[in-house]
Amino acid sequence: MKIVVAIKQVPERDAQVRIDAAAKWIDETGLQYALNESDAYALEEALQLKEKHGGEVIVVSAGPERVGTTIREALAKGADRAIAIDCNDLGARDALGVAKLLAAAIKPENPDLVLTGLQSEDLGLGQTGVIVAELLGLPHATLILHVEKTEAGLRVKRELEEGWFQTIELPTPAALTIQSGGNKLRYATLMGIKRAKTKEVRQLAAADLGVDSAPVVLLEQVTLPRKQKSTQILPGTAKEAAAALVEKLKFEARVL
Amino acid sequence: MSSVLVVMEQRAGRIARIGWEALAAGQRMGSQLGLPVSAAIVGAQTESLAAEIATRPIDKVVCVEHPLLAHYTADGFTLALQQLIQTKTPAYVVLPHTYQVRDYAPALAARLGQVLIGDVVAIADGPVFTRQLLQGRLNGNYRHSGSGPCFVSVQAGAFRAEIPETGARPAEMIPFAPTIEPNQIRTTPGEPFRGSAQTVDLGSAQLIVSVGRGIKEAENIPLVQDLAKALGAELAASRPICDNCWLPLERQVGSSGQTVSPKLYLAVGISGAIQHLVGMKGSQCVVAINKDPDAPIFEVADYGIVGDLFEVIPALTEAVKAARQ
Repeated sequence: MKIVVAIKQVPERDAQVRIDAAAKWIDETGLQYALNESDAYALEEALQLKEKHGGEVIVVSAGPERVGTTIREALAKGADRAIAIDCNDLGARDALGVAKLLAAAIKPENPDLVLTGLQSEDLGLGQTGVIVAELLGLPHATLILHVEKTEAGLRVKRELEEGWFQTIELPTPAALTIQSGGNKLRYATLMGIKRAKTKEVRQLAAADLGVDSAPVVLLEQVTLPRKQKSTQILPGTAKEAAAALVEKLKFEARVL
Repeated sequence: MSSVLVVMEQRAGRIARIGWEALAAGQRMGSQLGLPVSAAIVGAQTESLAAEIATRPIDKVVCVEHPLLAHYTADGFTLALQQLIQTKTPAYVVLPHTYQVRDYAPALAARLGQVLIGDVVAIADGPVFTRQLLQGRLNGNYRHSGSGPCFVSVQAGAFRAEIPETGARPAEMIPFAPTIEPNQIRTTPGEPFRGSAQTVDLGSAQLIVSVGRGIKEAENIPLVQDLAKALGAELAASRPICDNCWLPLERQVGSSGQTVSPKLYLAVGISGAIQHLVGMKGSQCVVAINKDPDAPIFEVADYGIVGDLFEVIPALTEAVKAARQ
């Protein structure tokens, strides 16, 4: 099975984020980046499918030069090769614009399966995989926890709301967005890290992919959320704060 | 004619609550923009649901019916709504931000050269649509540009639909029969099933201690178990904890787990991503213990302790024990 996994580099989960001077995005100075979590699960699913059925795993990612470290991480975990779409204005493109870039890079590969995480941790749009499927004319399913190859194509386990699930059958080629938690993530081995250095990373320039970059939807302004409740922060040492909290819960909130 | 079209969602033969919320958001947009509001319901047989929607003070209810729409498929819904939107040419299409809408609406919008503004929590004049960024740490204000309908999906709980307003007379119900061929539906959906037998009913728990990623390792779980025991509380968790199998899935709170509304919800090392907040924001009293003062959980907390949970939790367990004696 030839599988393409679209991955995104996002600010590290614990990173302190500050709004930038223009209030258009966050200040990226000194930010640490990581592989988007559900994309890590998409990669894991792809690697396990390859281990069971053979084939090839290709990762594709769009972004500035720093994305290279995340691509190397995916190669170190076991992806066979990568496509890096060099794009310094990713944030100025909307979900359709980014999906067009990815679809243009994926199309010539003619994969049996396109996987990506269900949503990114930074923008949280949760649309890229579905739009890529639409642009490539592939059937798709979202929020997938488990993928099984069948005679006719694929049988997948889809998460529904409130603890419900559903099985969906679909033919290949297909596109799936992967929910986190379906598999246990692997770490890159020392050998893997070594091998990654020799693996092919094909560089594509966004401008050469011939896609329209004019956005339909614009992120005009980034703001701090308004607090929904006024929170009483209990100061002091751990012991003092704990004692104060018990007092509050007992006599003020009356919930103990 | 320019209008606001709200796409309702049914669940087990009823209009989902979030569907009414989407309708409330659509009605608000209609009055802000001076546009008539219609609703659409998609399925094989929609008449009784459409009649219920028609009691609301809106212009029209469109029954989008086809035998191939009996079960939800992304292909079926995308085709049906594409045809409806191309025929009715609404200026705005409002949807509830459900798993189902997330499955097809991005493709539907893309097919019409548009982009869905998803998971919207507020709509201001303009219209400017607010959605959350970076797991709820920041808000982003979005605007639609260009021609063609503007697609918006609204977050559960963001728009109130509690008082069912009724119209002076029922809205007009009009049928719409899309053209769908069986071979255009490429996926075969199975019946929904429950993951595992639910033996823990967090929904009726009065006191809940809930643990998140901040606990770092499975070996540290007993720390919060001790606190829950001292309080006589149920133990719950955010998604990453259950993904890692540190606690069973049935203890997960959030959009993919259980929805809870206890007297006390004590969130330990939980940052408060929206997927978690939707499952617990009905709690009477929320306490957050987190080392990050900017964690979004503090936005919904009544009391907070900013600090190292590995120091705070044992101290809190002791304080609770002392108070209980």
